[in-house]
Parts: sequence; structure tokens; C-alpha cells
Amino acid sequence: MPYNCVCLIKQVPDTKKISGQAMNDDGTVNRAALPAIFNPEDLNALETALQIKERYGGTVTAITMGLPSAADILRESLYRGADDAILVTDRKCAASDTLATSYIISCAVKKLDYDIVLCGRQAIDGDTAQVGPQLAEKLGITPITYMEELQELANGRITVRRAIENGWQKVRTKLPVLLTVTDEANEPRVPAAKFIMKYKNAMAPIEVEKAIRNDNTALDEQAVKQLIEDEIRVLEEKNLLIKQWDLGFLEADINWCGRSGSPTKVHRIQSVVLTAKGSKEVEPTESGVSDMVHELIKEKTIA
Amino acid sequence: MISVNRQGEVWVFAEQNEGKLADTPLELMSKARKLADKLGVKLAAVLMGDQVSELAERLVQYGADKVYLIEHHLLEHYQANTYAKTLHDLIHKYEPQVVLCGATINGRDLAPRVASSVKAGLTADCTDLQIGDHEVKATKEVHKNLLFQVRPAFGGNIIATIINYDRWPQMATVREGVMPMPEPDVSRKGQIVEEKATLTKEDLLVEILDQHTRPKKVDLKAARVIVAGGAGVGSKDNFRVIWDLANALGAAPAATRAAVDLGFIDKDHQVGQTGTTVRPSLYIAAGVSGAIQHQAGMSDSQKIIAINNDPDAPIFQIAHYKICGDLNDIVPKMIKAIKERI
Ligand SMILES: Cc1cc2nc3c(=O)[nH]c(=O)nc-3n(C[C@H](O)[C@H](O)[C@H](O)COP(=O)(O)OP(=O)(O)OC[C@H]3O[C@@H](n4cnc5c(N)ncnc54)[C@H](O)[C@@H]3O)c2cc1C
Repeated sequence: MPYNCVCLIKQVPDTKKISGQAMNDDGTVNRAALPAIFNPEDLNALETALQIKERYGGTVTAITMGLPSAADILRESLYRGADDAILVTDRKCAASDTLATSYIISCAVKKLDYDIVLCGRQAIDGDTAQVGPQLAEKLGITPITYMEELQELANGRITVRRAIENGWQKVRTKLPVLLTVTDEANEPRVPAAKFIMKYKNAMAPIEVEKAIRNDNTALDEQAVKQLIEDEIRVLEEKNLLIKQWDLGFLEADINWCGRSGSPTKVHRIQSVVLTAKGSKEVEPTESGVSDMVHELIKEKTIA
Repeated sequence: MISVNRQGEVWVFAEQNEGKLADTPLELMSKARKLADKLGVKLAAVLMGDQVSELAERLVQYGADKVYLIEHHLLEHYQANTYAKTLHDLIHKYEPQVVLCGATINGRDLAPRVASSVKAGLTADCTDLQIGDHEVKATKEVHKNLLFQVRPAFGGNIIATIINYDRWPQMATVREGVMPMPEPDVSRKGQIVEEKATLTKEDLLVEILDQHTRPKKVDLKAARVIVAGGAGVGSKDNFRVIWDLANALGAAPAATRAAVDLGFIDKDHQVGQTGTTVRPSLYIAAGVSGAIQHQAGMSDSQKIIAINNDPDAPIFQIAHYKICGDLNDIVPKMIKAIKERI
């Protein structure tokens, strides 16, 4: 029996490569200052979806909410075997916290036909692990978080092993389900050459527009618009168009999106500087070390 | 969503598994007690399960004024749906101003689901909680006595203070070990409030077919002295020097994530943002660079000894004793000195 999988992915700043100027004064992230990558555990979610497709048939749709540049990870998903890619992008999405984000994404997922929704356990920029469970609540479907292994999929039921504190449990539930997938679950595949060939020109309308405007600064607005329209139609015919949805298309209630839809606000941001009060250099010699040990015993730090 | 309710209580979700209270809610009690006192409201623990009433007294001893006790056979095992539904209903009934949860796997499963259905804000993995005022810059409006939810963000590179002034309750999860465990006071008295859960079998969305837990290989949180080795130790074989020093001191052996990833030692020993948070009397770091994510788990140690052959290693910035040299030379000298003295 085929299953339709919807996989939620996020483009994140590579927090391992963080540099000093990554924050704006208002406490938001200056994403431009950091390399942007495919959130690692979302690759595990995508891999799970692709394995389901290979085994049982069905489709894999990758969705992301983000800036136009997030089309990069949608292409990355197509290169790995996803069938369809959707970019949810809108200025009014800006400053969404997890509650607003899960609301917006729920509006998008509701437009799709799905059996299984997959997310990475958490994203490395916020490490909150909140959007998955919140999305499941908004879709009214069963969440299974911290999935470590997909064990069985049969008769409309799914069995997985998930992490619990200091151990694991094996659980079964009826579809539809939302899974959040950990990096234990599998080894994500690398892009396949045949899909790179097929999809290297896949683009979202906003990217098409930007490219055409850049290349045709001399043309008048009407002509530019025509070029954009034509190019989008060509891509669509070749099945190379990354779908692009805005909040209007999603019929989302603006009050629950962006800043107004986000109960959490930033009060303050501090960069981390930790320093010890009163420190000593210890000579790396037998007597230096011995004196230190003696001192620690005397003050009863070591018994 | 509930509106701002200044009389609302401070709540702690008292996670229990198999009839045993988890550590995190107990650790949270001391901080929650302070928050409630500052706000002049009651501190309540929310205890759910099947036949768990004997745990209620303990929550009082750890600082609760009140325990909401919800017993139901469908609450025997934690499940997102049944627990979230019950907590959701209780929040609507009593309108607490603050709801805190341990950032355990269950807490991180439950809290977002409840926040979503209640339409409240939630901050994950806080390392500190305080009460303070916030001025909205645009309107100059001042919101008094808010919950300041302090957490590392961006892979631990910054500390953000998050607030939530219009849609309550103010919800936060707190990582295990971040708050010190309070001493129970057996003479404390509190009120036990029994509540009913309205659940049917249809609410049990998931079947638990099998479950397996094992005790942690090491109890880092309880250790007075910790000896941590990093990637600089070089190999699993050479990690012996860390075990030897730990043995000489009666200390617990620990490691950085890099050392764990290299297979030098089991993940149970990892200290840091994605490992255990510790606050021992003495923390010895050998061959540890002192990445911010590692510091997040150990910078509250009372004394820190750093052994590193790179004089610019960041660990030296927070060390009380800085030993610049090769750990393979220094650690044996330490073991020798300890054996001579003790
Ligand atoms: C989201 C996220 C979460 C993370 N969570 C954690 C976490 O929970 N815990 C954690 O520890 N890390 C965590 N990390 C990883 C962290 O960023 C560092 O990579 C890691 O702590 C480095 O470990 P290390 O100090 O052992 O290795 P390194 O940074 O490689 O340092 C090795 C050190 O050993 C020294 N050295 C080498 N040889 C010798 C010698 N012979 N004698 C003395 N010194 C020597 C070197 O000078 C160097 O300073 C996390 C990272 C991210 C992005």
C-alpha cells in the first residue's frame, strides 16, 4: 500500500561556524552572516520518507517555510529523491515563534493529501523541538516524537522505536501520524547524480523573477513581467517549478502569523563570556602539581 | 490562551515514570518556590498518573503549597495525548500564570502540545528563570513581574531572555541538572487537590508494545568531583589516564562530545549542552578545549582545573587552576601527588 509522506525541512545557519556578528541589535538572527545548511535531523526525516516510498510506493513532498533562499534545501531534497517541493514564503511570516510557525505550516500541510508527516527532532538554530508536536496538535493527528527506528508499516498502522529517558519504547499507532526523527534513525543518503541532472534547473517563482530582473535591467516592466510569466510556465511544463505559497494562498489568519501570532518575545540577548574569579597558573612540574593538590586537600575540595 | 492573570499560581508539572518522580520537577521546585514567593502566589505541582497519590507528599516536602492530583487508569503510562488533554483542561480551569516542565523527553513532548492547544508561548530548555519587568520600546508600555525565560540559543553562542506578556500562561521547560536539587523539608504541610480527568479509551492514541530502560552508567549530577577528558586525550586506550585519575580521587569520569563521538567513552558520560549539566565542587578538564557547548554544562563548578597544551584554549578563561602542558605528563603527576597525600 502506498503512503504519501510530507517532510518538513528547515534551512538553518550553521551554528558550528558561528562568528561574532551573527545577531542583529533587535535580537533577531542575522542569517546572512552565517553559511546556511539543511538542518541535520531533517535529513534523517527525509531519509525515512524516501525509504517508505521505496518500500511501499507513494510520494514524498518536501515543505519549508523560510526566506526565498530556502529553495536551496528544497532542491537538495529533489536531488535526493523527493517528488515535490513547496516553499512557504511571505514577509508576514517574519518573527514567527514556534507557535506561529506551526500554525502557518499546518495551513500548508492541510492543503496536501498525506498519511505521514515527518520532521527532524529539532533544528540546530533554536534546539526547541517544539514545531513538530505543535504541528501535530494543529493537524489533529497523533505525534510520535524522538523516533529512532521505523519498524513496521502495515494495514494503516505504524510501529516505531522511540527514545524515552534512559531507554526506548516500541509503540504502534494508526495513521495519519506525525513523526519527529532523530539522527539515530538512519544514515541520510547523498544527492543522486540522476536527480541532480533532472532538477538542477528547478526554481521557485521568486527565484525566476529575481534572475530575470537581474538579466534584463534594460527592459520595461511589462516585458519583464511577460518573460517571468513565460519562464514560470516553461518550468511548470517541465515539472521543474518549486511551488511557492504565501499566507494569502494558505488562507491563514494573519493574527496567528508572524509577530502578532507569536506570544514569545525577546527581552534581551547577551553574548556568552564566562570568566573565572581568581585564577592561578600552575607550573606543569611535579612540585607545581603537588602544591595544587595539597591546597585542594587543605580546603577540603578533595577529601 | 488565557489572559494575563496576576493571581494565577506558579505550576510545575510533576513528571513521574512507573510511580517514581523524575528528578527534574524536584530540581525545579526550589526555583519555582522563589518565583512564587516573589509574585506572592502559591506554588502548585501537577501530578498525573494511576495510583500515584503517595508521591504528592514528597512534592509538598520539596516546596509545593498545593498538589493537583489527577489519577486515572488511562494515565498509567505517559502519552502525549492523554497527558496534554488533562493538563490543558486544568490550565483552563485554574488559569495559572506560569507553567514549568522538565525538559526531559516526556516534558519536551508534552509542553509544546499543551502550548499549542492553549495557544500560549513556550520557551524550551531554559537555564535560568527570574521575575522582571519589560518595557515595549515602541509604546513605552511596561509589563511588570514577567517570567524571564533565560536560555542559550544559536548552538549556545548567545544567551536569550524570552518573555511572554500577553498570552498566558508563561510556559517554559528546564533541562535536567540545571537547577540544584533542594533539600526536602519533611515538616512542610500542603494541600492536596484531587481533580478528575475526562478521558476515554479513544484518547489513548498510541499502544506501548514494549519498553526498556537501563540505569545510567554514571551519575554525574551526584558526583562531588569530576574528571573530564576531551579529544586531546587521543585514544580510547589513553582514556585510561582519565579513569585512573578519577579512581584516585573517587571521582566520576566524564567527557566532551568530541571524546564521546570518537568512541573514547559512553555517551552517558557527556557533559554539556546536549549532555549532563553538572555543578561539582571540583571539575578537572584534561585535553578539553572548552567549547561554549561544553562550558554550558560545567561552568557552575565551584573549582575548575584545566590541563591543556594550548595556552590559548578557551577553557583557561574559566579555570581556577591553569596547567599549560601535556596531559600525558601532568595527569600521572597529579595521581602521584594525590596518592602521596591521601
Ligand atoms: C548544538 C551543539 C551541541 C553541542 N553539545 C555539546 C555538549 O553537550 N558537550 C560537549 O562537550 N560538546 C558539545 N558540542 C561540541 C563542542 O562544540 C565541541 O566540539 C566539543 O566540546 C569539543 O570537544 P573537545 O574539547 O574534547 O575537543 P577539541 O575542541 O578538539 O579540543 C581538544 C583540546 O585538547 C588539547 N590537547 C590536545 N592534545 C593534548 C595533550 N596531549 N595535552 C593536553 N591538551 C591537549 C587541544 O589543545 C584542544 O584544546 C556541541 C556542539 C553543537 C554544535
